[in-house]
Amino acid sequence: MDLLTPEFGLFFWTLLAFLTVFFILRKFAWKPILSMLSEREKGIADSIATAERVKGEMSQLKAENEKLLAQAREERTAMLKEAKETRDKIVGEAKDAAKAEANKIIIDAQHQIEQQKNAALTQVKNEIGSLAISVAEQILRKQLNAADGQEAYMKMLADDIKLN
Amino acid sequence: MTNKPISLHKISKQVMGINRLFSLLVLTFAVFGLSFFAVAQTEGNKTDSVKEPAEAKKEEGKLDVAKVIFGHIADAHEWHLFAIKHAGGEETPVAMPLPVILYNPEKGLSVFSSSKIAEGGEYEGYVLDKSSAMKEKIIVKGHPAAKIYDVSITKNVLSMLIGVVLLLWILLKAGKKYAANGTMTAPSGMQNFLEIVIIFLRDEVGKPCLGKKADRYMPLLLTIFFFIWINNLLGLLPGGANFTGNIAVTSCLALLSFIVILANSKKHFWSHLFNPPGVPGWMKPMLVLIEIISLFIKPMALMIRLFANIMAGHIVILALICMVFIFAVINTYVGAGFVPVSIAFAIFMFLLELLVGAIQAFIFCNLTAVFIGQSIEDPHEAHDAHEAHA
Repeated sequence: MDLLTPEFGLFFWTLLAFLTVFFILRKFAWKPILSMLSEREKGIADSIATAERVKGEMSQLKAENEKLLAQAREERTAMLKEAKETRDKIVGEAKDAAKAEANKIIIDAQHQIEQQKNAALTQVKNEIGSLAISVAEQILRKQLNAADGQEAYMKMLADDIKLN
Repeated sequence: MTNKPISLHKISKQVMGINRLFSLLVLTFAVFGLSFFAVAQTEGNKTDSVKEPAEAKKEEGKLDVAKVIFGHIADAHEWHLFAIKHAGGEETPVAMPLPVILYNPEKGLSVFSSSKIAEGGEYEGYVLDKSSAMKEKIIVKGHPAAKIYDVSITKNVLSMLIGVVLLLWILLKAGKKYAANGTMTAPSGMQNFLEIVIIFLRDEVGKPCLGKKADRYMPLLLTIFFFIWINNLLGLLPGGANFTGNIAVTSCLALLSFIVILANSKKHFWSHLFNPPGVPGWMKPMLVLIEIISLFIKPMALMIRLFANIMAGHIVILALICMVFIFAVINTYVGAGFVPVSIAFAIFMFLLELLVGAIQAFIFCNLTAVFIGQSIEDPHEAHDAHEAHA
């Protein structure tokens, strides 16, 4: 039975020690540790949530980027196409203009040739006219000298003309 | 996430039901055990007195196992370390003297070293009464019944103080580490280990039993757990004291938890106790009586469970060690031959006691949480819980 009757001294010291330990630990150990633990748990949960959110944002950004890229690619193709068209157009226009210019030059040249030809022909005609006049003059003069001579001369002159 | 608290709550309720039954069983066994113990003791005394002339010779130089075991189990005013055996067969015990603090209402306070009253010495009229194998007592010489208050720093008190210093050192260091390293650093060293235990107690004991109010009671529960655990472990060291296996200690702890249970109890708890709902009127007085008894059985069970478990563990280990010497009495070679068997069993028991030390600390803490949970239960929450069960 002695084993089952609590001694006052040990009871007293246990009570004193336990309460002291309890109050010291509550203030300097349990409260900081428990609050730190819950804070850390909250921090970890927050970090995970943030990571999740960032991940979502990243995938959204990626999708947007891809969209932008596709758009850019499309635009590039369109621009290339447009540039080609413009080039073709410019080249075509240039060709047309060159052709028109060339035609104009040719026509001008033809006109000039025609003019010069006409002028030359006129000159030749005038020359021929003056020649014919001078031939006629000489024939007239020979006729005046002798009928035979005049006739031979006329023949010779006529042959000259034919040769010319 | 939604299922877990309910299932845990359910389990804790079931555990509580089993526990109530268990408490009753413990009490029954305790009562029977005590009466048996008392009878055995008186019988032992009788046989001692009868056999005294014949046994007196035999006991000299031979061992009295019960005395050895209870000498280790019981509290003492000095810390016995070992004995030196002289050539003549005499033994000089080597012990660490501890301070004796006595308060005598007639003579006032006296403080002296226990070495002064060791070996039958007398100091200021006080002597050490070692007539009981289970407990030594300081008495006034010639007046054994005189009332004195013995608040000596005994072996158990010193062991507890060592435990307390260790506990404070470890936990305050860990607490400082948290403050120094900030919230978001990974724990390291002892802090890491403590954190596992603290989180386990908070999530498996505090939250299921106390719900949202867990934070308020966690310091108490954690202190109870670590206080009991470290003292259990210190008690297992060779030469250690049987601190947590002492009824004064467990009764003190149980009383504290009983005070906390009562001090925090809500109206709902008392109304359920004195007016159990859904019970026919004629049964109420009986049920109220049972409820009132169960209210007091709870701390009693806490007290006896820890005391009996730890003391039993100490006794078994000591008995296994003593077996070597019991066999050696028959024959030295038999005793030597039994050493491996005894050591193997003792190691097994020692490992078991390491486990029991933690388990009993956990059970004390868990049951305190369960009882506090019952006493602070809110009528609305209780209603919800019942619906959740259905």
